[in-house]
Amino acid sequence: MIEQKAMKQPPKRPAALDEARLRQQAIGVKLRQMFDDVVNEPVPDEFLDILRRADERPPEGD
Amino acid sequence: MGDEGQQKPTGPDPKRDHAFKIELVALIPHLRAFARTLTGDPTAADDLAQDAMMKAWDARNSFQMGTNMKAWTFMILRNQFYSEKRRSWRQSQLDQEAAERTLVAVDDPEAPVALDELRMGLAMLPAEQREALILVGAGGFAYEEAAAICNCAVGTVKSRVSRARRALQGILQRGDYERDGAAAGEAMGTILADAERLSTVR
Repeated sequence: MIEQKAMKQPPKRPAALDEARLRQQAIGVKLRQMFDDVVNEPVPDEFLDILRRADERPPEGD
Repeated sequence: MGDEGQQKPTGPDPKRDHAFKIELVALIPHLRAFARTLTGDPTAADDLAQDAMMKAWDARNSFQMGTNMKAWTFMILRNQFYSEKRRSWRQSQLDQEAAERTLVAVDDPEAPVALDELRMGLAMLPAEQREALILVGAGGFAYEEAAAICNCAVGTVKSRVSRARRALQGILQRGDYERDGAAAGEAMGTILADAERLSTVR
């Protein structure tokens, strides 16, 4: 359980900047993977059932 | 553009409804993913995604075909999330418990450990930073679109995304997330190795 805050960072040197960029890219790849993992899950039938039932209702404003 | 801009709700239009529906159905996986990142809980996320889908369907006549339906539905989903949260959900942002449930729900033995740690790290970010980072970093939205979805200025989104990135990196490097038995600081190494592998495969 470390309790320090995330905001304070030492001043960056060029090498550290390169490494930071690399790390950011890595996080970006993982972030997309995490999102895409859910996108690629099969959609539960419930979604289409609900939409199908709604199809029989008129839209708002009628 | 233009021609249909001022259209009134003039009774049912089956052809338009059909086109709308096809596009909406194609967006369901994305709505589920966005909802999952907002709630952190798969069941609550699907409820939210279904509500948003129905709101979008009910409001279909106010959508201008040909414009960005993904951004439009994400905006609906986000509004739905925050209005429900204001009404009844507990005030805490995605908490540790919800993060744990997400991890269990994913339950893929092949999933690399670092992905879990990323989820934990995300859970520690302030909600507005997390959503900005998700929209831009994973959802594929431009800053302008993310700003429209979050109802804030483009500059605000930019600064939230960059703060989120910095904070996330710090969390992952230090291994700040609560996790039993995981060596602090190892998460970033795993992520780097894994991302490298992934990016060469793709």
